[in-house]
Amino acid sequence: MENRAIAQKKDAATAPAPAPGPAAKGKPRLLLMGQRRSGKSSISSVVFHKMPPNETLFLESTARVQKDSMHSFMDFQVWDFPGQLDFLDPTFDLDAIFGEIGALIWVIDAQDEYLEAVNRLNSTILNLQPNYPNVNVEVFIHKVDGLSDDYKLDIQRDIMQRIQDELSDNGIENAPINFHLTSIYNHSIFEAFSKVIQKLIPHLPTLEAMLNNLCRANGFEKAYLFDVLSKIYIATDSSPVDMPSYEICSDYIDVIVDISEIYGWARPQSYIEYLEGPPWNHKLEDQVACKDAESCIVLSDGRRPIMLREVNKYLALVMVGKEGSYSQMAMITENVGTIVGGLLKAFEITKARK
Amino acid sequence: MPLFLIPRDDIQVIDDSSSSDEPEIPTMEQQMNNLSVQDEPVASPVSEPRKQKKKKVLLMGKSGSGKSSMRSIIFSNYVAKDTRRLGATIDVDLSHVKFLGNLTLNLWDCGGQDAFMENYLSQQRQHVFSNVGVLIYVFDIESRDFDRDLLTYRSIITALSQFSPGASVYILIHKMDLVVPNQREDIYNDRVALIQSKSDSFNATPFATSIWDQSLYKAWAEIIHDLVPNLDQIEKDLGNLGKIIMAEEILLFERSSFLVVSSWASDIGKLNPTTDRFERLSNIIKNFKQTTSRYTGTPKSAEQFNLLELKLQTFSLFIQKFTTNTYLAVVLPPGETTFNCAQLNCALARSQFEDLDSPPKRSADRGATASGEASAV
Ligand SMILES: Nc1nc2c(ncn2[C@@H]2O[C@H](COP(=O)(O)OP(=O)(O)OP(=O)(O)O)[C@@H](O)[C@H]2O)c(=O)[nH]1
Ligand SMILES: Nc1nc2c(ncn2[C@@H]2O[C@H](COP(=O)(O)OP(=O)(O)OP(=O)(O)O)[C@@H](O)[C@H]2O)c(=O)[nH]1
Ligand SMILES: [Mg+2]
Ligand SMILES: [Mg+2]
Repeated sequence: MENRAIAQKKDAATAPAPAPGPAAKGKPRLLLMGQRRSGKSSISSVVFHKMPPNETLFLESTARVQKDSMHSFMDFQVWDFPGQLDFLDPTFDLDAIFGEIGALIWVIDAQDEYLEAVNRLNSTILNLQPNYPNVNVEVFIHKVDGLSDDYKLDIQRDIMQRIQDELSDNGIENAPINFHLTSIYNHSIFEAFSKVIQKLIPHLPTLEAMLNNLCRANGFEKAYLFDVLSKIYIATDSSPVDMPSYEICSDYIDVIVDISEIYGWARPQSYIEYLEGPPWNHKLEDQVACKDAESCIVLSDGRRPIMLREVNKYLALVMVGKEGSYSQMAMITENVGTIVGGLLKAFEITKARK
Repeated sequence: MPLFLIPRDDIQVIDDSSSSDEPEIPTMEQQMNNLSVQDEPVASPVSEPRKQKKKKVLLMGKSGSGKSSMRSIIFSNYVAKDTRRLGATIDVDLSHVKFLGNLTLNLWDCGGQDAFMENYLSQQRQHVFSNVGVLIYVFDIESRDFDRDLLTYRSIITALSQFSPGASVYILIHKMDLVVPNQREDIYNDRVALIQSKSDSFNATPFATSIWDQSLYKAWAEIIHDLVPNLDQIEKDLGNLGKIIMAEEILLFERSSFLVVSSWASDIGKLNPTTDRFERLSNIIKNFKQTTSRYTGTPKSAEQFNLLELKLQTFSLFIQKFTTNTYLAVVLPPGETTFNCAQLNCALARSQFEDLDSPPKRSADRGATASGEASAV
């Protein structure tokens, strides 16, 4: 896992900008659009490049479209648009932008005047409807940190109403538009991305069924399948997602990745030979119980274990156990191993079909 | 019995009481401890050599430089963003922090507004500057008038050399996060050189700090490290344990601040290229404690976890509750057997360390036998 953290960092830093158009085919695209300073680049930096939120204060206004290729459990692209760009201008090749789209994420700064932003969103949707009626539009009502709960809901209601009115005036009903209240200063932005990305995952029901089995067989309260780098969860069991369990599972990944980075350095060969020599006389990989990273933390409150199990280079399972179940860890670890095998198979099928 | 605690009145001072999670209602256990603190230990022949060690620590610097912020993060489980709601400190906030190995820090967080500073230097001069063990002086990197800051520092140093010439002085160049990264080193070096030239006969130890990263833990761990008694013995014992269990590294954390108070590394462990790993670990765990506290609904100051295990192909590690006041982190080569043996041995070693770490015995009749009972108190 420590290698993974490093490899992924490198990926993110050096990934060349993909050639536009057909070369990038088959990779769903997430488009980040909205007014200037609404927070698009901040979102992309925090979610996909692990930038600490307070450092986004130093981000400069985006001058041209920033294309990021994410190589993860599935490859996708994130396009960060400059706020002032009017891509509905006829000189833009709409198909090059919206052809491979996975979702259009429209970011609205909730701490600012938002009428202009809503108007632009409306005209964008109206323009896209004739040719791209199935584009998922995800509205991020953003920077809601510091706003009261009541105020957040008021804004959301108002924005939804304005969009619905405009669309039905133009004879459009049931356009796929979803709303999320987000902030880079807490987990809400990751939660929102999780929901956006899940819509792009093939075989989601298969994954969910496996996680349901896992929870039932081991008495887990919750199980998440995470993309380790972004900490987006790509599947979970069907019990309702509660923010606290998502938060603790996702933060636990951070803990493990960070510790792995600190201690995962390459030991000298002579030391490894010594460890594999007498009296052990076994390769290190045969001395460990599991080839992939495993970890567990036992909370003092109710002795509740939280478990983490690496699935592959990109994915990890994180599970919240029942109170006091630490004593059955050995059996649970076995069961988790079996499910991991199943998950890997599901992903192979996905790849083969593409 | 936890050695570390913040008296209730102290929590009220630094909290604006609008937050829901603090001030925390002390648990029964904490209240008992409060009592025991007020109980001055009765000296007995046995406890005498381990008499409680009190250290007066002055935390000074200009108003707004970040003194109360760092104190709240290190000792009261605040995270960086919580500090935005701290008000200016009026006069001096006193807190008594019980620490590892019978050490009590009397922390004087001295409000830095001009009127207060003048007062410390005049009317309260002797009261403030006598019997000082440590002066921690905080410089705000963003300050617009560094020359003036230096003048104030100079006056403080003069007062300190008058009343506590033997004190140690630490200078923290703080809020480094506000400087563009590629200029940090130059600005820091410039400032430190100037400050040191104004430090009289004191040998001022400098640190670059920010509440937004682990640098704060590095500074405070080193300051505390210089203060904890018995550390030589603890370090030796850690080394012995480490060799027996084939560890690459062993760290001893104070359980509440999660500062690394002692450590040992094997020849291999010493090769680890991540040199700031102690403060990074403190930061990682301290932050995660915030999450677990939110998750379980237990106060941040309460114990949050008993055990963390991590097994990889390149190393394994566990962090476990160790003595009353400490957690132990052990880094090992990979392998199930090594791991299990190490865990067993650490459990066996616990009582030996408990003895070093335990508070002074309260009464003569128990002093002779109670060393193993500390956890039952
Ligand atoms: N309070 C708060 N501020 C945020 C949040 N997200 C972003 N910001 C701030 O908003 C400002 C603008 O962010 P950017 O990400 O540069 O905005 P942008 O949409 O990319 O702007 P352009 O590139 O000019 O279109 C920065 O100062 C961010 O720190 C949030 O969730 N909460
Ligand atoms: N950017 C940044 N801000 C900080 C840092 N440390 C503290 N602050 C902020 O500085 C402000 C003032 O902090 P305090 O800790 O109240 O300052 P103080 O030194 O105790 O001030 P007095 O009590 O008046 O002497 C708070 O808003 C903190 O959030 C830091 O490392 N970086
Ligand atoms: Mg931008
Ligand atoms: Mg203060």
